[in-house]
Amino acid sequence: MNKVPNNRAWFLILPMLLLVAFSAIIPLMTVVNYSVQDVFDANTRFFTGTEWFEVMLNDPALQAALLRQFAFSFTILAIEVPLGIGIALLMPKRGWQASAVLILITLPLLIPWNVVGSIWQLFTRGDIGLMGVGIRELGYAYNITRNPTDAWVTIILMDVWHWTPLIALLCYSGLRSIPDAYYQAARIDRASQWAVFRYIQLPKLTNVLVIGVLLRFMHSFMIYAEPFVLTGGGPGSSTTFLSQSLTTMAIGQQDLGPSAAFSLIYFLVILLVCWVFYTAIMNSQKDKATERGS
Amino acid sequence: MARITLKSLAHSYFPQPVGPEDYAIREMEHVWEQGGAYALLGPSGCGKSTLLNIISGLLTPSEGQVLFDDRVMNELPPEERNIAQVFQFPVVYDTMTVFDNLAFPLRNVGTAEVEVHERVAEVADTLDLTALLKRKARNLSADEKQKVSMGRGLVRNDVSAILFDEPLTVIDPQLKWKLRRKLKEIHERFNITMIYVTHDQLEASTFADQIAVMYEGQVVQFGTPRELFEAPAHTFVGYFIGSPGMNFVEVAQSGSGARAGSVDLVLPSALERAIKQAHSSNLKLGIRPEFVELLSRPTADAYPIEIDNVQELGTYRIVSFLFAGVLFRARLEEDQPVPQRKAHVRFPEAWLGLYIDDFRVEVGQ
Repeated sequence: MNKVPNNRAWFLILPMLLLVAFSAIIPLMTVVNYSVQDVFDANTRFFTGTEWFEVMLNDPALQAALLRQFAFSFTILAIEVPLGIGIALLMPKRGWQASAVLILITLPLLIPWNVVGSIWQLFTRGDIGLMGVGIRELGYAYNITRNPTDAWVTIILMDVWHWTPLIALLCYSGLRSIPDAYYQAARIDRASQWAVFRYIQLPKLTNVLVIGVLLRFMHSFMIYAEPFVLTGGGPGSSTTFLSQSLTTMAIGQQDLGPSAAFSLIYFLVILLVCWVFYTAIMNSQKDKATERGS
Repeated sequence: MARITLKSLAHSYFPQPVGPEDYAIREMEHVWEQGGAYALLGPSGCGKSTLLNIISGLLTPSEGQVLFDDRVMNELPPEERNIAQVFQFPVVYDTMTVFDNLAFPLRNVGTAEVEVHERVAEVADTLDLTALLKRKARNLSADEKQKVSMGRGLVRNDVSAILFDEPLTVIDPQLKWKLRRKLKEIHERFNITMIYVTHDQLEASTFADQIAVMYEGQVVQFGTPRELFEAPAHTFVGYFIGSPGMNFVEVAQSGSGARAGSVDLVLPSALERAIKQAHSSNLKLGIRPEFVELLSRPTADAYPIEIDNVQELGTYRIVSFLFAGVLFRARLEEDQPVPQRKAHVRFPEAWLGLYIDDFRVEVGQ
């Protein structure tokens, strides 16, 4: 094939550039713009450089919120992933039972975030909520507005209820796509149930699990409406996560500079964690022998 | 090590089968001798894979028995049958290395590591996998994966038979031939019964000593490739084996002998007698294109025909013509002369077969 050098070809990437500019670069740059300035009003502003970033990174309240956020995301992942796999393994494979279970499992996914928060808020109330009253009847003084542990456990329970179905559905579709021959070969190789799971099902689920974990990590790291409705971030600041701190700062206090800097840090943390996770998984699948070139 | 016997075996995927068409396997008797290399040949959907899965225990037959030597195996799951099966698409355990893949069936039954290493090394050597032992199985090519699947069957020394379910489907043509030879080699070396399912007659006849041809859930013929070619026991075998397939023409009794359409046939007396005594009206005469003789001059037992078409196929020609209204083909080697348009055709009686209700009837000469 003859390649004709023609620099006008660069114009062909213009539409793409425009699209990306409007969808990502321009909105992001406004935030970058704010993060390096101190804005008083439309005409008064000062360039501050990295000052807001330094302030944000050294703010103990935000550091605590960040740690809380990580604790939350890793806890729900540690529960939802194994639980989702387990549910997917137990789900019926064919017949009307399969459809019925699929619909039942999907229901929580269809409920909007703040509705979920409201449902659980009512559910856990000590005076009229089924769960709240039930636990109190058992003799435990359950109170999510007073006891940070109760609040934490309830938020985690709520997230597990809301989002485990996503993992379960992804795994179910992953399991369905495994050809029968694998199971038949395993029987002929006299593999145990555990070996079938460990060497056939789990490896075949890797790809859907990577998607599931990434989605759940990003979602949970950005969680806002549910804890906001359920506990309002309390008691104290024990369930105040990053997005809520950000909202308070940007909307409540109108601190545009600091919240812009904070938004960028927030965004970079999510990006970094996802990248590290994805790279780690992909590297673990590579063949060490081929890398050495043998 | 075992002889595999199928005793009045039948299988239907329906819980309450009514007619024979509900059966994937119609009632059959069959014996696979210990140490044989067999092929199970037939078109897609004729029940080959069903039969294989019944032997390995992945399916429980609805009727009849599967015996290994004299033991009834029906109730035993595949885990307890000492049978290995290689599937159409290579099955490997992705996350394991080739070594671990091969060791898997041994480790599952708690074999000592020393023995595992010994066996795996031996099998890897036979299959030319030694260089790949440390590689992850997911990164292998299709044919390497299929060799690993086979290896998992060979590595067990308690295996009495290996079943192959069209194992070369996903393999490149030039590697197919190599793997087939490898299989043959393995068969000679390990003295294991091998049953090889395929729809490719070439694959079947190069691999197997004996071929079972299946058609609509029945084994219609079991014999050497030569027997299948020279004396097909069923019209289907005639069509299916050989290229082009066998010529068949319907015949009927007539006052003096037999007729095919409007042609009065000159047949040996034994054949004429058999046609007369037949109770069915579904009578056919068949002859392979290889045995049809084309003459340019008439003889007493030749019939006049008009040649329709001559196909040049390199070292041979396929000549087609109408005989009694049916399209016939004759295969001529390149050194044989092709008669002009008008010719005479002769059917040597040794190669002429009579089929009653599609099954061959042996006629004493």
